[in-house]
Amino acid sequence: MAETIEKVSIIISRGSLEGVYPGLIMANGARMEGIEASLFFTFFGLEAVIKKRMDELKVATVGNPAMHIPTMVGALPGMSSFATRMMKKEMEKLDIPPVGEFLTMIHDTGAPMYACRATVDMFHLKKDDFCPEIDGVISVGQFYEMAAGGQIIFT
Amino acid sequence: MATMTIGTKTLALDADGNLANMNDWSEDVARELAVQEGITELTPQHWAVINFMRQVFAKEGDSPSIRRLTKESGIDTKTLYQLFPKGPAKKAAKIAGLPKPKGCI
Repeated sequence: MAETIEKVSIIISRGSLEGVYPGLIMANGARMEGIEASLFFTFFGLEAVIKKRMDELKVATVGNPAMHIPTMVGALPGMSSFATRMMKKEMEKLDIPPVGEFLTMIHDTGAPMYACRATVDMFHLKKDDFCPEIDGVISVGQFYEMAAGGQIIFT
Repeated sequence: MATMTIGTKTLALDADGNLANMNDWSEDVARELAVQEGITELTPQHWAVINFMRQVFAKEGDSPSIRRLTKESGIDTKTLYQLFPKGPAKKAAKIAGLPKPKGCI
């Protein structure tokens, strides 16, 4: 049999809806396959684990040619909310949960979650700002220690 | 095609090593498949998951997502992973005599 992946550490660095979900789906998918997984949220990726923001993430309608919306139109008020609503509706059909519920689900599978120390300091965030699934605020060095022996996926 | 033998019966397997025909499945087959996956005893909770998966598959042609499984079978995510430690979707489908689930969630 070919070599198998035993462990993945997934970094989520973006805070748009389409920036956050791929990492969450990959982490959950890894656990479903019996692969060890952990999540590390950094920079705007932290939006996904900030209680007040996690379920308010939006699709970026500007600067995203794959949306096939002219930039000027994408910038109109309400466009981002509209696109987000459409995407969330499609995701619900596929049984992809909202961010908050998805994080709880992934955490319950036994995947630890961490916030990036540098970003937390930079944005002046406190433990209270995060959802309870966050197991700790760790440095890059600690992240590498924990990721040792596995694959690192940057999203 | 690969096969497995249970008692006197020879059952066909698909490319993933799952039962090729879900009608070949029986509770004895499930117990044997579970042992192969390192689960020595199937508890009532295991059976709840297995039966729910078979029920959904028979109706819809694919296994339920984990989210649906936990919502509708009453087994929460943590328990599900304790019941099937090496990947609940894949393992439970195998023991339930179903093909590998197609979905990503």
